[in-house]
Amino acid sequence: MSSVSQNFMKFFRGSSGPEVAPDQNSQKLTRRSSGLGELSRTWESAQGLCVLDLGSTSPTNIRHFTERGHRIYSEDLLTASTDSELHTTDEQGNAMLDSRKFLADNLVYPAAHFDVVLCWNLPDYLDESLVKPVVGRLWSVLKPGGMLLAFFHTRDAGPDSPCNRFHIVGSDTLEMQKIVLRREARRGPTGAVHTALTDGFQLQRVFNNRHIETLFRDFASIKFFLARDSIREVLVVR
Amino acid sequence: MSAPASGLAQIGKSVVIKGELSGSEDLYLDGQVEGSIALKGNSLTVGPNGQVKASVDAKGVVVQGRLEGNIQASDRVELRKSAVVSGDITTQRISIEEGAFLKGKVEISRADTK
Repeated sequence: MSSVSQNFMKFFRGSSGPEVAPDQNSQKLTRRSSGLGELSRTWESAQGLCVLDLGSTSPTNIRHFTERGHRIYSEDLLTASTDSELHTTDEQGNAMLDSRKFLADNLVYPAAHFDVVLCWNLPDYLDESLVKPVVGRLWSVLKPGGMLLAFFHTRDAGPDSPCNRFHIVGSDTLEMQKIVLRREARRGPTGAVHTALTDGFQLQRVFNNRHIETLFRDFASIKFFLARDSIREVLVVR
Repeated sequence: MSAPASGLAQIGKSVVIKGELSGSEDLYLDGQVEGSIALKGNSLTVGPNGQVKASVDAKGVVVQGRLEGNIQASDRVELRKSAVVSGDITTQRISIEEGAFLKGKVEISRADTK
């Protein structure tokens, strides 16, 4: 039988690995967001909403919602997707990520739980094998009438488009900050320990409007907001 | 080993505890704990080497290491930049440093004023 000490080392690995503190000089750029502006009317006028933020842990966002009396869940899915234990192959031997394992440890919530989901740029940077399963799960955890905000690059975006974190600093204003290196170890609900290494994520694909509509086809409505930069904002309602 | 500061109990980084921890003084925890921690009216600090897999019920909680479990703090929770927390947090006030990692819920519950 393993000792308690050995059991703990199974739970938390990687704590002695290199861990670069967030780049204090990582530039923050301000961006006006029409999608956020429309969505923020929801939480400014309501009480006790349940919000899911799928970006990197943002103290700014947590403060923004808790100050308004809402509950906020923080879950960094991009970091979670870099877990090496997700690697597997399909029938043809092509490398892919195990979406079933991923969803066993992530986005584990009751059905119809959230009023708002902030996807940010997740679909653009998430591994192909996880995109549709994740969107399907998000549909199920959103309340009917709940809203989801996502950002998609347009064709003008190059492959080196930086993957940013998003901080809400106003009713329609975001601060964007490039994601930096971090090593984290977490244990998921199944008991497995995951050591995830994050680096500047690579843009995986560029969706066109038809692809986006197909991705969110189970949702009741979809609205596009075009901006001057190479970002297309999408607001969907379950 | 120097004696702990007056009123502050300490669990060093080599110590491993499995079970229910309770007390009526502040606790600095830099070792490994699995189970539950109840320090109503007092504060818990999880040091940078601390690895906690437990539910926590305290007045104040400061996390610099790793904590897996729900946190119920009647006053305040602080997540320092090295904190890695997986669990739900219910407290009156919360402070999260840039760099802290949280997977879970944050809910602010105000104390009833009489």
